[in-house]
Amino acid sequence: MGAALTRMTTYRRPVPFAWWLRNRGYALFVVRELTSVFVGGYALVLLLLLRSLADGPDSYAAFLATLRAPAALIFHAVALAAAVYHSITWFRLAPMAVALRVGGRRVPGGLIVAANYAAWGALSVALAWLVLRG
Amino acid sequence: MAKPTDPFWWLLFAAGGTVAALATPALIVLTGFAAPAIGATGAFAYDRVLVLVTDPVTRVLLFGLISLSFFHWAHRFRYTLEEGLALKQAWVPVAIACYGAAIAGTVWAAAVLLRV
Repeated sequence: MGAALTRMTTYRRPVPFAWWLRNRGYALFVVRELTSVFVGGYALVLLLLLRSLADGPDSYAAFLATLRAPAALIFHAVALAAAVYHSITWFRLAPMAVALRVGGRRVPGGLIVAANYAAWGALSVALAWLVLRG
Repeated sequence: MAKPTDPFWWLLFAAGGTVAALATPALIVLTGFAAPAIGATGAFAYDRVLVLVTDPVTRVLLFGLISLSFFHWAHRFRYTLEEGLALKQAWVPVAIACYGAAIAGTVWAAAVLLRV
């Protein structure tokens, strides 16, 4: 009897590379996970914009010109779709992550989702006002 | 496979997810579409944007948004690679690469926001 026979091995069912293409639910799950690439990617673009501001007016103007390139516009269009999908799925999951109780009663999930959407809308309007006014 | 450090990364992931859910879509419309369309005049004139961004509160908020967005990406992308693409064998290198990138991005964001 060799050592190979006494060694403990656990069987691991092989997971096919494209398991998530098997059905719609799995595919949407992976899409939701991949929205994080655009959330992080956009944060990087925002940081580059801030760096151009730090480098002076010429650098800032050049960066705005870069943002006019088709590739930049396509990136932002896809990033916007991903970000909105992230917001919707994130707020929908919120009542499952947090059980809010008021006066010993659990606040209905629908109310938490509605409050989240209201906060999202209010903050979006506030940001647009702050940046675009005057 | 839960590790003792997981709650720490999960908290950064959740904070980033919440901040991004609230602010990122509006910011993409503003900096990705409105800014290039309007150009460096009016609302997006250099001096005006500089005043807006150099406000101490704005600096802190931008730093928080950018850094937490990086950590949100790092945590979610790590699990997508490991579970989704069956990269379980590469558990440690994937985690180090993802969180390391987020930490580097955070340091860079701090440097830029202190300089602007």
